[in-house]
This record gives sequence, C-alpha cells and structure tokens, in this order.
Amino acid sequence: MLARDYINVLYIDLEKQEYRYDQRKDLVKYLGGTGLAAKLLDENIKPELDPLDPAQPMIYAIGPLSFVMPVCTKAVATFYSPHTKEYGESHAGGRFAMAMRFAGIDAIVVTGKSAHPQYLLIDDGVQFRDARAMWGLSVEETGKILRQTTHGSGVRSSIRIGRSGENLVSYAGVNVDTYRHFGRLGLGAVMGSKNLKAIVVIGNNTVDIPQELKVKYRKVYDKIYDRVLNTDLMKKYHELGTPVNVIPLNEMHSLPSFNLQKNKIDFAEDISGEKFAEDNLVRKVACAGCPIGCIHIGQVRREFDSGYEYETINVSYDHELIFALGTFLGIKSTDEILELIDVVESEGLDAISTGVVLGWATEAYKRGYVSLEETLVPFEFGIVQNYIAAVKYISTRKNKFYEDLGKGVVHAAKVYGGSDFACHLGGNEMAGYHTGYGNVVGFAVGSRHSHLDNGGYSIDQSKPKEEDIVKKVYDEELERNILTSLVICLFARKVYTRDIVIEALEAVGINMTNEELTQFAKDIQKLKYQIKAKLGYSLDSIKIPERFFQTKTLNGVLNSEKAHEMVNEYKKMIEDLMNE
Amino acid sequence: MAKVLKVADRRRCIGCLSCRQACARLRGEYSIANSAIEVKTSGGYTGEFVINICRGCEEPACMEACKFGALTKRTGGGVVFHKDKCTKCGACGVACAVNAIRFDEDGYPIICTHCGYCTKYCPHRCITTKEVL
Ligand code: SF4
Ligand code: SF4
Ligand code: SF4
Repeated sequence: MLARDYINVLYIDLEKQEYRYDQRKDLVKYLGGTGLAAKLLDENIKPELDPLDPAQPMIYAIGPLSFVMPVCTKAVATFYSPHTKEYGESHAGGRFAMAMRFAGIDAIVVTGKSAHPQYLLIDDGVQFRDARAMWGLSVEETGKILRQTTHGSGVRSSIRIGRSGENLVSYAGVNVDTYRHFGRLGLGAVMGSKNLKAIVVIGNNTVDIPQELKVKYRKVYDKIYDRVLNTDLMKKYHELGTPVNVIPLNEMHSLPSFNLQKNKIDFAEDISGEKFAEDNLVRKVACAGCPIGCIHIGQVRREFDSGYEYETINVSYDHELIFALGTFLGIKSTDEILELIDVVESEGLDAISTGVVLGWATEAYKRGYVSLEETLVPFEFGIVQNYIAAVKYISTRKNKFYEDLGKGVVHAAKVYGGSDFACHLGGNEMAGYHTGYGNVVGFAVGSRHSHLDNGGYSIDQSKPKEEDIVKKVYDEELERNILTSLVICLFARKVYTRDIVIEALEAVGINMTNEELTQFAKDIQKLKYQIKAKLGYSLDSIKIPERFFQTKTLNGVLNSEKAHEMVNEYKKMIEDLMNE
Repeated sequence: MAKVLKVADRRRCIGCLSCRQACARLRGEYSIANSAIEVKTSGGYTGEFVINICRGCEEPACMEACKFGALTKRTGGGVVFHKDKCTKCGACGVACAVNAIRFDEDGYPIICTHCGYCTKYCPHRCITTKEVL
C-alpha cells in the first residue's frame, strides 16, 4: 500500500505448491495490521472445519506506517486459534514487518499443507524448499541454518517453529528472527499443522518516496523520532525495560505468584528489573525501525560438565517472562529464570501459557490431582530443574499427561480437576498482573484475550471508579484497533496520540479525519466479533476461575458476581455496536 | 574543514537501522536497500552487529580501479561519484578492501558522500563524523 493505491496480497497454497499476488484496491479501507488481517481471515476461514485443518488460513499483515515511521515495527498474524478455538490474533516485532514491506507484500495468506516439511523463501516470488532435515530442530538451530542457506543478510527476516509447533501444542508460538515472537494463541501449531517449519522473507526492493511527500515525510518523521527519543514517553522501555514493573507490582500486591496463590513475593529484589540489569544484562537490541531498543538480553554462564566446562546462554527477558517463568513458579534467581526462558525459547512455546500451565500442574500435583507417574517430575515451586524437564515433555508430548498439558490449562483442568485454580481468562492463560477488575474483566473480554487488548492492568492502576471500568476497557480496545492496524508498537502508544497518527498517515499520503479513524476503530471491532460469531463464540461463555477472587488485588478482593456482571455489561456494549 | 563518517563504537549498536533509514530518506527512498551504510548481524541477534561504511580512504582503491573517471578524490577522504561516467562495470566494488560498495538495482555503485546525516539518528552514538583537514 506504501506509495501505491492497492493492497498487495500474496496467496500461498502449500497443497498445490502455488502462489499468486493479488493487487486489491478493495482492501485499502482496512489499512493494514489488525484490520487487514482480520478481513483476510474472515474471507478465508473455514468455521466448519477444525482449527488445524490444512484448509485453514494463516494470515500475516503489515500496515501503512510499518517501518516508515519510528517504532512502527510489528506484523500482525490472524488465524483460527487451536488454543481458544476462536479468533486468533498475535503480534510480533523483529524484522519481519520490514522484510515484508520491502518484499512489496502487505499481507500473506497461507493455506494448505505441504506433503512433507518445507520452508518458504519469499523474495521476488516464492520458493517452496525442503525442510525435512530441519524437522525436530530447535528454533535457534533452524535460524542458524537458514541464515547460511538464504541470501539477503541485513534485510532478511525469518520466522520459525520449534518442536512444540511441529507437535501441535496448542500454545506453540512462532519465533521471529531472534528474541521476538508471535507468541500467543497457538500460531505455531497452525504452522506445524501445515508442515511448515519456517518462512524467510527478503526485503530488498526499493520504494521511492513520492515527490510531493518528500519534505513532509521527513518533517513528520523527525517530529516523531524526537518524541520517541527526546521525551520521557518511552524512557522506561529502554532503561530497565518492562521488568521495571516487578518491584512496583509487588509493592502493589499485584504480582501473580505461586499459581496466583499469592500477589506478593519476598524475593522480588532478587529477580527485579534492577537485579537483571546489574547481574545479567549484556546488551539491548531493537526491532528494525525502533531507536528505543527495548529487547533486553541477559546472559548466564552454565557449567555443563566438571573440569571448568562452561556454556553461555543469551536470552531476552521482560516482565511477562519474569512473571510466567519466575514469580508464578516461585523461581528465585535471575540465572534460573534465564535458563528456563532458554528452554521455552528453543522449544518454541508461548512463555506465558507455559508458565501458567506449569503453575497449575504444580498445585495440582501438590494437592494430589495428578500423580508422580503422570508428572514424571516432583513439581515443587522454586525448583527449576523439574520445570526445565517438563517444558521438553510438553513440547514432545511425552505421555498422556503432558499431551493434556499441551492443550492448555482449561483442558488440563477439565481432565484432572482443579479448574478453580487454573489461571486463564477467556481460555487463555493469564498475564503478569493481578490489579483488579480492569485486568480480570479486560483480559477475559479482550478480543484476543491478551493483556494488551485493552490494558486493563493499567486502567486498574489509575484507580478508576468501579462503574467506569468497563467503558474504559471498551474504549481502549477501540483505540488500539487503530494502532495495531497501522502497525505501531503498543509501547509507543503514548507517542502516537490521535493527532500524531493523523499527521503520520498524511505524511505517507493517507488522509483520514479524526471521525473517520473513530469509525474505522468501530468497524474493525465489529469485524472481529463477526468472525467470533461465525466460530460460535459468545461472551456468555466466559467463566472466570475462583482463584482470581481468592487472591487480593491492588483494588481489594474481587467479587465473582460483580466481575461477571461487568462481562455482561461489556457484552451489551458489543451488541449495541453490532446493531449500530 | 571537511568531514568523514566514522564508526565510533559498533558494540553499542542495537540494530535499529535508523541510520540506514536516514540515508535512504536522503536519497528519496523508503527502503534501506540502497542506503550507503549497512548494519548487519553476525550470527543473528545473539552475535554482535557489524557496521559497514566507506572508510574514507585518502588513497581510494575504488577510484584507482575505476577506468572511466566515475570516481574522483573527495577532499578529506573517500570519493565523489559521477554517475554520467559510470559504466556499471563493478570494478570499484571489487577493489574496496572492506566491501563498502554495494550496487543498486540498476547496477550503479552506492557511494557514501560522508554527509553525516545518518549520524544524527543513531540513538547510541555508534557512528559519528570526524573533522579532517
Ligand atoms: S569505497 Fe572503499 S576503497 Fe573507496 S574510499 Fe570508501 S572504503 Fe576506500
Ligand atoms: S554519511 Fe550520508 S551518504 Fe554516507 S551513509 Fe551517512 S547518510 Fe548515507
Ligand atoms: S542508528 Fe546506530 S544503533 Fe541504530 S543500527 Fe545504526 S549504528 Fe546501530
């Protein structure tokens, strides 16, 4: 769409081993990202078939600002989620958006299944390449091989699955380059179900800035760049990064720990953002097009044999990881958390779901819902070795129990009991906040069941009046539909206020008024709910587990009835929207 | 006073590509494909970044290699490119010992002018310009 009047969609059929580009003017109104990917999902999804049926589509989309404005770094994927069995949407940074942009593709639609494992090389066309020798390899190993066997160093991006995706674990993710992920809702399993190990995109086309926009584009770019770098709006992301939250959340009694039996830990200082920075942080890196560089890389040295035999692990960490693979499992040191992240990363699992599933498993084991014969390791909060083994068992489907764990906490609790302490909201495992109704209700009703749908945790921290919460959650998701359609990294949400968004769009030749953007946000919300309806989803299905009402939040102990009333209130707002 | 582009410290690089974007903008392009500065990972994000720029030679090998007079000496170091004389033979690229010359889609060499515009966008001061006589 950049510097042209159509959306370029690349359709890839793995079954027929064919591809074609379609220049679609009719899609321009969906802008990109969430809007475009949702529309293409709606066109291609097969509601009557299983989410992992080869006929199901897997969509990737970028937006009109991708890479050309600062911090517009993300690509959006949509799919039929094998995890929640409804609308699936996941976002990732890295270099994928840039590579798509300069491969001249606004969206990719992949359908079908390869006869044997393959990977795709997308440059000026698509090559279907053999990946049989890569099947079973870790995400990292595969990445190293792809870097050697493809061209385009510096303008290339590769996305890959690990063993968990191959084995269809319902919360397997897709790793992007190194350290970024389409983490949530099981895109990795969708890719695995297509026998697709990786996609490599080379973005080496040139795109001229239209003559009439040259001056304006530079001016607006500079203005936004200045807001990003020379104001406090994004400061926290590049200093300590999101782990800066660990201590404040702990102080607020809002840090989910020990499978949410607790909201506060006494070892917060040992695994805080400050501690990671002091002991493990070795460098920061950035997604292509972001001068902030929020990706914090921690290092840990591990002795793998006696006789001074060491290996070094470099992995990225952030708040969600410290929560899911740290506090939630009672892990008390930065080194151990990094080791656990490393395994999750290699196997290609969604870190949040993995941690929450293991938290449930630990409590279930302790309470006798499952036996050692099933768990194979004596789960104990704080003991990292068990968890390292268990992560591998999940991704390889070691036995019936791990197969069940590999379908998420809702499924596992259905089979073994213990659903009151299975910490999911709307079928997706919880994120690292237990702040109040905003978080619990916002996460549950969010259209991709992510804390980032509407930032309920942040609404809670502003101490809102209870009766205002649902409206705030609703409004915030609408606003974010705009950001994630363009596609702006949500960490830059304070930089991209409405007027800046309008200016940025103008600078790339798209003229939209404030009212039009407001309407756009609503249209996309409707579209998402139309897809959900087709898949048989209803907000009535939301049942928030008891544990969320047992453990106190920043805003006190929550009441189940009240929370469900709020869900109902949200449902009414969506109904009104659909009738508008 | 002339200036030349220098790498101050590549180890501080976060790989944001802001410098490449800047050079591209200056050339009237959105894509970094034709930017004169190149930032690459060596071994993925786990490795370090490599910043590949024209080193501003005082005795430019690229110029010596050009038999058509398309590259002439630049005051302060490096070369000035004269597109009208370029035959797209590629000899300059081969001659440059640090592989600083890449070629655009049309086959023309991409030559850094040492303008320093890219340095203004580096958030970590990895690149800078140095005043030379
Ligand atoms: S292009 Fe290479 S040879 Fe020519 S001046 Fe620059 S560094 Fe020297
Ligand atoms: S000094 Fe100028 S020409 Fe050279 S890389 Fe930087 S912006 Fe490009
Ligand atoms: S602007 Fe600086 S930090 Fe960013 S890629 Fe260029 S040299 Fe590296």
